[in-house]
Amino acid sequence: MIPIEFYLVLSAFMFITGVVGVLTRKNAIIVFMSIELMLNAANLSFVTFSSFLGNNIGQLFVFFVMTVAAAESAVGLAIIIALFRNKLTINIDEINILKW
Amino acid sequence: MIQLIYLTVLLPFAGFLLNGIFGSKIKNEKVIGWIGSGTIGLSFLIVVGAFFETLAFPVEQRQHIITLFNWLSVGSLNVSIAYQVDQLSLTMALIVTGVGFIIHVYSIGYMHGDKGFWRFFAYLNLFIFAMMNLILADNFVLLFLGWEGVGLCSYLLIGFWYDRKFEKSTTSDAAKKAFIVNRIGDFGFLLGMFLIFLTFNSLNFNEVFTRANALNISTTVYSFIAIFLFIGATGKSAQIPLFVWLPDAMAGPTPVSALIHAATMVTAGVYMVARCSIIFASAPAIMTVVAVIGLVTALFAATIGLVQNDIKKVLAYSTVSQLGYMFLAMGVGAFSAGIFHVMTHAFFKALLFLGAGSVIHGMHDQQDIQKYGGLKKYMPTTYKTFLVAAIAISGIPPLSGFFSKDEILWSAYANAGFIYWFIGVVTALLTAFYMFRLLNLTFEGKHRFDVQHIHPHESPNLMTIPLIVLAVLSVLGGFIGIPEIFSGEHGNNFHGWLEPIFANAQVRLAQYGSHTHFEEILLMVLSVVGAAASIFFARHVYLKNQKIAEHTASKFKGIYKILFNKYYVDEAYDKAIVQPIYKTSESLLWKITDVKLIDGLVNGTASVIDFVSGKIRKIQTGVAQTYAVVMMLGIVAALFWIIYSL
Amino acid sequence: MITLQIILFSVFAFIAVVTSILVVTRKNPIISALFLVLNFAALAGIYLLLNAQFIAVVQVIVYAGAIMVLFLFVIMLLRPEYEKNFFEENPKMKWLALTVGVVVFFQLIYTIFFGKLSAAIHQNMAKSVEIGTIESIGRGLFTTYLIPFEAAGFLLLAAAIGALVLAKKHFD
Repeated sequence: MIPIEFYLVLSAFMFITGVVGVLTRKNAIIVFMSIELMLNAANLSFVTFSSFLGNNIGQLFVFFVMTVAAAESAVGLAIIIALFRNKLTINIDEINILKW
Repeated sequence: MIQLIYLTVLLPFAGFLLNGIFGSKIKNEKVIGWIGSGTIGLSFLIVVGAFFETLAFPVEQRQHIITLFNWLSVGSLNVSIAYQVDQLSLTMALIVTGVGFIIHVYSIGYMHGDKGFWRFFAYLNLFIFAMMNLILADNFVLLFLGWEGVGLCSYLLIGFWYDRKFEKSTTSDAAKKAFIVNRIGDFGFLLGMFLIFLTFNSLNFNEVFTRANALNISTTVYSFIAIFLFIGATGKSAQIPLFVWLPDAMAGPTPVSALIHAATMVTAGVYMVARCSIIFASAPAIMTVVAVIGLVTALFAATIGLVQNDIKKVLAYSTVSQLGYMFLAMGVGAFSAGIFHVMTHAFFKALLFLGAGSVIHGMHDQQDIQKYGGLKKYMPTTYKTFLVAAIAISGIPPLSGFFSKDEILWSAYANAGFIYWFIGVVTALLTAFYMFRLLNLTFEGKHRFDVQHIHPHESPNLMTIPLIVLAVLSVLGGFIGIPEIFSGEHGNNFHGWLEPIFANAQVRLAQYGSHTHFEEILLMVLSVVGAAASIFFARHVYLKNQKIAEHTASKFKGIYKILFNKYYVDEAYDKAIVQPIYKTSESLLWKITDVKLIDGLVNGTASVIDFVSGKIRKIQTGVAQTYAVVMMLGIVAALFWIIYSL
Repeated sequence: MITLQIILFSVFAFIAVVTSILVVTRKNPIISALFLVLNFAALAGIYLLLNAQFIAVVQVIVYAGAIMVLFLFVIMLLRPEYEKNFFEENPKMKWLALTVGVVVFFQLIYTIFFGKLSAAIHQNMAKSVEIGTIESIGRGLFTTYLIPFEAAGFLLLAAAIGALVLAKKHFD
């Protein structure tokens, strides 16, 4: 039997890695991938609790999270494409018109 | 009619609104003039009705309070817009509306052709509104409202011809002087009101006076209250030291001088002292102050009036002098005598001013009496009425001035002492002298102007009929106040009418022994003889032998110069008070406080905000990751809080 | 004692950790994407260890199979230039981000270990097998949670249309 803490620590670590990726990378697509990493960490946490508590609500929620993640990545990548067409770059630092 | 007394206040206000809002559109002068006069006439009728109604009541029930609505209700301060109809306020109201109506009618003729005709009547009506509020008020706050209101109207009306020059400055300067000097007096009045509220916990007349009668309060408190109230009175009624505005107020049109600065506004101070008689009676030291200041002012102003050459200036100083008499009366405890003199003075002084206006009108705005002379054949009615008024003010029986002035002088002798009477009589002699000097130089003798080019003419009926009415009143007005020695057991009617008002005050005052009828008659005869002698002397000097006047002037050149320059009082005030305030304001208040401090504060705040926001705006970098970092910092904080609560 | 479960868990967890770090730190986006696929596969394995069969399969199909393919398509379409070294640009911000990350990680660890997790929480083997099946999830989806299910469908429709509109070329 693996204690619950191991799963949760793993989930936390993946989450933090995703956060660091979002905050530091300059390439927009890498940022998106880090976001997916964060979502997966959350999914892992849900499934862990669902399994340990004997309730399938967690897994149902994971189902919906995946749906939303899929939709979001589709739209997000479409936006990146549109952005690329206009600015010819996907470096986040150069997409900064909404500033002082 | 008593219940409708508030209409006497509202009707003039309605007249003000009508003439003020629509006056410039109404092209017909008669309509404007009759709207203005009609409201006052209606008010007069209502007051007369109320007067007769009050007469029908027994003496103890002659006070009625008509409340309109509750104005202020804060803690123990309860002030309503309420009007008190009793003997004193009815007397004043009769004078104000009666003489006011006459002067309004006169103004229709005098101000004919003026481009501000409608404005004049609007302001006059506003003035009557404020004055009625002052007289009929049943509490100090409403009285003060009227007090300030008449001050405002005085300012508006003195500066009526705002584009004219006046002596060394403009009419607006004269108006400002009046307002500012009045304000200084009002400060004293306010302090008095505050003290009254502190002591009696109310500002309603009835409440204050019943408490003053019943409670035992130290004389010091009464003295302070009385002196502050009196300072207000000196401001409004032009006594020493705040009289300087009244001669300058002659910059306004003559009907204004007649109404405001002779008959009504300047008597507001006298009325206030009469109303607060019990407070003054409880402070004997201040009564002496009042009497002395009144007396000194009377003498002082009379001496200045002796040598002035502007017809209105002479009358202005005469007003200051007669007001001094009224305060002398108040100061020696003869309150009803003072009010009596208010009434008779209103008659003959208004008549004098209106007559002067008639002369000025006829001589095409020439006011220097050195350029008059021999006008009686051109303006007979004006001459005759002016003569009546001059006789009245000199105190010759049986005209009204004799009865009122004589009562004051007798009360001064009986209650205060010989010296008061003596100086009063000297002033009366001077009054007779300068009045007849004025009359003779203006109407009698030879012409001192170019008859070919200047054609003086009599004034139209609209101006002369009011003169005649006032002359009749000046002659007959004294008979309601005939002293006891003549009217036997009926007693002095006027005195009896007003007696209940002053009863409590008279009780407070100790009577200084009794005097015989013989003394009274003797003194009366002395003053009449002296006045008559003055008149003849004036006639002799100014008609027969003018050399005497010039000789005296050159012999006493120094004194003449001082008198002619009004004892240099204005210059002294200017040097001592006005210039320092001006310099301080300029250097300290303007350059330092206003420019550096206040502007610095306001601009400084703006520039600080500018600076800080210039730094803060850099937070919005536009890069989403920066915002994400900040969000994570927030999450760190939140997690710390969760951990802390675990 | 060393059971098969523990070995499997260690392997999968190790792969997950390593690949997640590599995703975030590589310069070449394609390499990052491929490592992410590997990460998802490892996660699917961990789901199986938790008896969540349906979720494991869906993870592989949807995430690794659809989403990552989409990512790879877009990367190859746009051909972004390689990023510079991790700490070269704006080192201050990167240090701040790392610090924040580490702090949050330790906070989470603290919460996990010293929070009020019931000590008696054990894996309920029999029950978890039962609830991880397709039948159980399907029953939940189509009865109790029908409305969210339909809403998810709408969401996907909206996303599809949105992606279409945003990314198409404009024919003027």
